[in-house]
Amino acid sequence: MQNDTLEKKAYERLISIAMQWYRQMEEGTIPSITLPTRTKQNIAYDDESEVWKLGDRESVRSAHTAKSALHLLKMSYVIWFLKTQLRENRSSTLRELYYISEGWKKAKFSAQDESNYLIEDLEILTDLQREAFHLRPEEDGATIFGPLRLKEMTRRGERVIHCQEDVGEAGYQIPSNVENIEFLEHDASCVIAIETGGMFARLIENGFDEEYNAILVHLKGQPARSTRRMLHRISDEFHLPVYVFTDGDPWSYRIYASVAYGAIKSAHMSELLATPRAQFIGVQPSDIRDYNLPADALTEKDIAALQSELSDPRFASDYWKEQISLQLSLGLKSEQQAFAARGLDFVTREYLPRRLSDMGLVIRS
Amino acid sequence: MAVTLADELARQQRSISVAEFFEKNKHLLGFDSPTRGIITTVKEAVDNALDACEEAGVLPDIYVGILRCGQDVFRIIVEDNGPGIVPEQIPFVFGKLLYGSRFHQIRQSRGQQGIGISAAVLYAQLTTGLPTIVISRTGPALPAYRYLVQIDIQTNEPRIAGKEVVEWDRTHGTRVQIEFKSTIAAKKKLLEYLKYTSVVNPHARIRVEIDGETFLFERVSDEAITCPKAIKPHPHGIEIGQLMRMIAASSSPCDEFLVSNFSRIGKKTAIEICQSAGLSPRSPVMSLSPQDQKNLLAAMQNARVPAPPTQTCLSPIGEELITRSLEKEFQMDFVKARTRPGSVYSGHPFLVEAAIGYGGKLSPDGNATILRFANRVPLMYQQGACAITACIAGITWKNYNIAQSGLPLGPVLILVHVASTNVPFTSESKDAIAGIPEIEREITLVLQELGRELKTYLSQRDKNRLAEDRARAVCAIIPDIASKVAEIVEMPVPDTSLIEGRIMRRIVVKKVTRDGRVRIEVRNHTGTRGAISLYDISPDAGRDAVPPPAIVTEVEGEYTKMWQLEVAPGEMWAAEYGGSGGGTVQVRGVSPENVAVVDLDAE
Repeated sequence: MQNDTLEKKAYERLISIAMQWYRQMEEGTIPSITLPTRTKQNIAYDDESEVWKLGDRESVRSAHTAKSALHLLKMSYVIWFLKTQLRENRSSTLRELYYISEGWKKAKFSAQDESNYLIEDLEILTDLQREAFHLRPEEDGATIFGPLRLKEMTRRGERVIHCQEDVGEAGYQIPSNVENIEFLEHDASCVIAIETGGMFARLIENGFDEEYNAILVHLKGQPARSTRRMLHRISDEFHLPVYVFTDGDPWSYRIYASVAYGAIKSAHMSELLATPRAQFIGVQPSDIRDYNLPADALTEKDIAALQSELSDPRFASDYWKEQISLQLSLGLKSEQQAFAARGLDFVTREYLPRRLSDMGLVIRS
Repeated sequence: MAVTLADELARQQRSISVAEFFEKNKHLLGFDSPTRGIITTVKEAVDNALDACEEAGVLPDIYVGILRCGQDVFRIIVEDNGPGIVPEQIPFVFGKLLYGSRFHQIRQSRGQQGIGISAAVLYAQLTTGLPTIVISRTGPALPAYRYLVQIDIQTNEPRIAGKEVVEWDRTHGTRVQIEFKSTIAAKKKLLEYLKYTSVVNPHARIRVEIDGETFLFERVSDEAITCPKAIKPHPHGIEIGQLMRMIAASSSPCDEFLVSNFSRIGKKTAIEICQSAGLSPRSPVMSLSPQDQKNLLAAMQNARVPAPPTQTCLSPIGEELITRSLEKEFQMDFVKARTRPGSVYSGHPFLVEAAIGYGGKLSPDGNATILRFANRVPLMYQQGACAITACIAGITWKNYNIAQSGLPLGPVLILVHVASTNVPFTSESKDAIAGIPEIEREITLVLQELGRELKTYLSQRDKNRLAEDRARAVCAIIPDIASKVAEIVEMPVPDTSLIEGRIMRRIVVKKVTRDGRVRIEVRNHTGTRGAISLYDISPDAGRDAVPPPAIVTEVEGEYTKMWQLEVAPGEMWAAEYGGSGGGTVQVRGVSPENVAVVDLDAE
């Protein structure tokens, strides 16, 4: 089975990291690893794949200080744990891993962030996704609603599901390992990814998915990897345009950026997760102005975030510069549900059709 | 004739006694609240005791007792071994405000105006109505006298409520007992005051008893300090009133008057001053008109004369003694003190000394601890209004690797002592030093000097920390990585002593406890033979140790086990015994930079 070779790869690559340290110590050198640095300053646009990837900057972690030595010690404990888990064909969540480290004395993690970060290090070192190590996030996947038929390999056998006809109002839940899904067929003209549950439900209630043949994806705030992987695969395999509809504030633009260009934290797997063709619907700062939407004043943190985005390479386009500058001069932000001020149907009857056709979507209903 | 309003007012106008004035203005003397009253009283009495001992050239042995004798009435006793007070003077010293021996002298002293202790007597009288009891003896051949003293508030004259000869075990000294309404809510502050007093009076021993609890502030120096000598006023440090009084009391001609009454004026300078004032040097000074006197003052102030002598009239504590007494009272990792050379402001000699301490038991959070002193007296109140505080805040401590938010932050102690024949206080309660540019400059300079010393210490410490950090990584963590990695690749554990030797190039001492066995390993990674004494201090007796220690000593359940050993380059020595580990390991015999001690059990 395909999974077998993936597991074998994971197993071998993990052990090779340990082997490298073993050899280093045998030669009398301090064990070390080299990793690309994961900062805003070290992500670069890759023309070929059209996504933002980690750049050339690297940092060496060598066990010559207590802090780095401890990091390497923790990494060897994690490798040892994953090796055992793979051999016994078990799996665990990121949170479980954090708790398991309780028994590791010096190598115990002080917070889950630390163990999550270490797993990202291992993904980079092995060039594999954490699912290959049988590690999964604990949070629920987001949901999909729309004219799409897929087949999911579950632990209890194959399931064929139509994401409109075979699901309840809540939609189809994306599993944590999207590689277990096979897409069968669709009758869609586009995919719309929506930040908030309120707006997702509004579009379903108003029948937007049927009227415009849209696959609706609920992002649930900053989207999980599985959600981004799902969008990437739908876009890639069905060549469907993807649109992102969020609130009109700096944090929501980051949601769009992580869908379209990849997140800084997971830039090492942008090619798998990002959907470079995804376009931003709104709420645009110019919408706040043009539709005179109910708005809140920007907080100091909002302003700092907007300014930070102006120096983020992912936002270095004329469109974003114009919109962010406009927002800074307006000093306002709006939620996507602010459209309700013009009636519950306004967003599905007027705003979305107008925005989508502006962006070049040929609407067939 | 009609009675005018002016007549009416005139009937109410009368002179006010000083005592009456202070009764109404208690805050001016530090008696604004009962809590503060107790501190002020102890402070005044202790200041007097220290001054008296200094004048007599004896090592001060001071007893301070505070006893609750009623709901809110406290008895304060301060006893010293000074020269004592002659019986006839006792009523005046304690029962008359503004009566003192030091007011007219130009030298460094603690008390000056003669208000302090008599103000306490007045305060007692106002709150409890009780007289103050004074016992004093001036020598072994003379009897001790016991006086009951009060102040006549209208006249500011002493009233003697009782007087007798008593038996007293001291051969000389003074004991004062005052009772007034107060609280000991400020006990902490009072002890702080005594502790600080002890810091700047390293030759004094102060015993304290507060409500049954005893404290001792022991002396660190057995040398009585030489009493500062009085000097004549300096021509730059005089005002018109004082000059007029001096002139009125003199029958000399102008030039002689100047030479004999002022410091730093010789015959030649005197003649120059007279000439520039348009006066004849030989005319009697008494005959000068008020305008002439003003001209003379102006000429004196413009005369080019050397600064007044600072050596004899000031008594700095000295760098060594400050360091020693700070080390005694505050356990710190670093202390440095500096005494600046004497200087002058408006004709008044002064000098500044300061010390900086760091680390140890100082609190790592919040502002630095600031100890302000003027003429060896701690300043306990109005820190914010003091020139010392302003100077400390004015320094950029970040330059010396100390965090700052106005005042420096962290485990830092700053001591500043300003000694002068005339300390410029902001008010009569003598809590804060006024911002005189010359003094501020000296304070800033001395603190900058000490700041540089502190920086050197801190960077050395950081370097040592880095070395320790590396030693931990190499000696304690890498072996763990080695065994875990060996488990993963399923191969024998690699020998990490190779890395250890290459990186450390030192003598590495490791202590590890496994399954009730304590093992101490010494590896010599240097190029030379190492002969060391190894001290292992822990609750384990180590009776079964192999090899047995050369010496074992026990203090309160802590055993110090000492081995003497020699390790050749590249060799290893080890000792083992049954026990639970912990404690500390120390190495003597090789310089510290060639040794790394690692406790593998420490987290």
